[in-house]
Amino acid sequence: MTKMKGAQILVECLKREGTDVVFGYPGGANLPIYDALYDSGLKHVLVRHEQGAAHMADGYARATGKVGVCLATSGPGATNLVTGIATAFMDSIPMVVITGQVRSYLIGNDAFQEADVCGITRPITKHNFLVKNVNDLARTIREAFLIAGTGKPGPVLVDIPVDISQAEIEFVWPEKIEIRGYKPQRFVEGHRGQIDKAAKMLVEAKKPVIYIGGGAVLSEAAAEIRELVDLVGAPVTTTCMALGIYPEDKPYSLRMLGMHGAAYTNYAVQYCDLLFNIGARFDDRVTGKVETFSPKSKKIHIDIDPASIGKSVAVDVPIVGDVKKVVRELIKEIKALNAKPDYKDWWVQIEEWKKKHPLNYVPSRKGAKIKPQHVLEVLSELTGGDCLMTTDVGQHQMWACQFYRWTQPRTYITSGGLGTMGYGLPAAIGAQMGKPKELVICLSGDGSFVMNIQELATAVDQKLPIKTIILNNANLGMVRQWQDMFYNKRFSYSGIRPPDFAKVAEGFGAKGITITKPEDLKPILEKILKDEFCWVVDCICDEDEKVFPIIPPGKAIDEMIMDMA
Amino acid sequence: MAKHIISVLVENKFGVLARVASLIAGRAFNIDSLAVGETEDPTASRMTIVFDGDEKTIEQIKKQLNRLIDVISTQDLTKEEHLDRELIMVKISVSPKTRPEVVEIAETLKAEVADVGVKTLTLLLVGDQAKIKTLLELVKPYGVKEIVRTGRIALTRDIAGGV
Repeated sequence: MTKMKGAQILVECLKREGTDVVFGYPGGANLPIYDALYDSGLKHVLVRHEQGAAHMADGYARATGKVGVCLATSGPGATNLVTGIATAFMDSIPMVVITGQVRSYLIGNDAFQEADVCGITRPITKHNFLVKNVNDLARTIREAFLIAGTGKPGPVLVDIPVDISQAEIEFVWPEKIEIRGYKPQRFVEGHRGQIDKAAKMLVEAKKPVIYIGGGAVLSEAAAEIRELVDLVGAPVTTTCMALGIYPEDKPYSLRMLGMHGAAYTNYAVQYCDLLFNIGARFDDRVTGKVETFSPKSKKIHIDIDPASIGKSVAVDVPIVGDVKKVVRELIKEIKALNAKPDYKDWWVQIEEWKKKHPLNYVPSRKGAKIKPQHVLEVLSELTGGDCLMTTDVGQHQMWACQFYRWTQPRTYITSGGLGTMGYGLPAAIGAQMGKPKELVICLSGDGSFVMNIQELATAVDQKLPIKTIILNNANLGMVRQWQDMFYNKRFSYSGIRPPDFAKVAEGFGAKGITITKPEDLKPILEKILKDEFCWVVDCICDEDEKVFPIIPPGKAIDEMIMDMA
Repeated sequence: MAKHIISVLVENKFGVLARVASLIAGRAFNIDSLAVGETEDPTASRMTIVFDGDEKTIEQIKKQLNRLIDVISTQDLTKEEHLDRELIMVKISVSPKTRPEVVEIAETLKAEVADVGVKTLTLLLVGDQAKIKTLLELVKPYGVKEIVRTGRIALTRDIAGGV
């Protein structure tokens, strides 16, 4: 048997685990790995900042459902990944992160470019490894993929010292991997008795709401969710992590709930008699003041992670299991019950709320600036929901939830849990690498886009036809909105002078254009979305526009503010 | 709020203690004590952690601990018949006059006089929490200079003659 270097073993393991692209940046401590990549045939995307690499691996994972892989050097390379790892961790995104580390004998010596990366990333990874012996390397990589991609998914980091990458051994592929403290398959099926109980409660409820989160997307359960909702005819709402898992253009959809959800949706959640949580986690952006949340409802919660059940909201029927499998069983049981649920009065009530509090905005007057919501409506019309949209964080992110019609899962790619500004562009690059034939739009704000603007160079390098659309209000809009509403209009450092984005785009080798007139939006966007080049479209928007409704911080979800009047 | 003794079986690897400690700190759980050592299986260690908290918090602590890959199993011993002990060493100021009194306290409680200095006596006691509390109260008037405790360790009981 021929001997292989640790770095070659790593690359071989990545290939065998099904990796088709690695996002990374070279440096001293990962040079042996880069040397092994050079003629390995494994595709590598050179980023411009390691944070970009982490977000790209994350965007790739969200778009494809596969494990994303990124690579950085020791010290600053690794610490630059931290925000990206935390972003993936909060949204349970499967990712394997490889970092170079200083030589084993230098660890703990404050060596050049040394950082305790396992220590730093411990609370933001599902697990991490420092490889101390090259004989452990192959098994460690296999374990990393297993842990990242199963159970409640998440990022796993493998820290590899230079001498381990350089050491030579005979390569043995570990066929069987077993970790005695990790048995995710134990929880997959869901408890039969609990499933039967849930089925009975759902058909017997008078005022149910089905509330779906990112777990359903991770479990690839769109077909099952759709069948369940259509079977019983219950109102269904999603968090921003699950937009499109049930088509929003269907009558059963109540669209998104929570802090910026539609008013009628939050009323339905607050006054229902059964709240059926499928793969969501009763996040504080959904519950508002938790003591007053949906007080009269019985609660059912399906989640793969036992720790996510009963964490913030007490649950009557907990079901630990994989959403896809549990919902499939649930459907069978409901069919077997052969009962006709009767939600008629409930729908009458919901329609009344809908009529009274529709989700809308006041269109621009003639000659006035572009309304940001209008941009989303135009995009929705032009794409018909057929595109992958990544976002940054702030007002634009919420308007995208509200004014674009989401009809397919894995099409809205956003940092929901951590709320990471600067996520959008690198995530778009990752998504486009994973789905080369799809239209990928990065929706951004003038604040967020600057945070990882350097990745335009990566997008141009890779000839990716990504369309970045900036809702530019020359402000940190969401901060400004909160200052306006909750801080006596004291606009402390929320005004931000944006660069000329069209010119910046050209500097990076992309194409750029500025749109100022509402009537120009549709014709220009229509042309650009069909173009095969990387574009930055700067839409100059009304700076006083706010995201409504809003549940003020610390308030109950039926205490929404609907508008400024 | 009641004390809960959680017994955690973990992989005997470097960094595991840091993982458990970091989880406890990061989720703002309060712990009274943590004791760790090798078990009958050299690849596993047992941690005995004493928490202060209500049922919901303890349930959440157990679930979060189980989420760690290096945690093999957890058990709330407070829910079962169990045996728990702690070792304590107390250094007490003594004068020629009070020395015999402190020695007498030690004898009464079956504590060991572990070290004898010119102006101090160090007592060592293995016992349950009630016994340790008694010792501390009895020696307090003499002047306690230093205390060190191991934290509790615990095991489930197998009742003799049981099923």
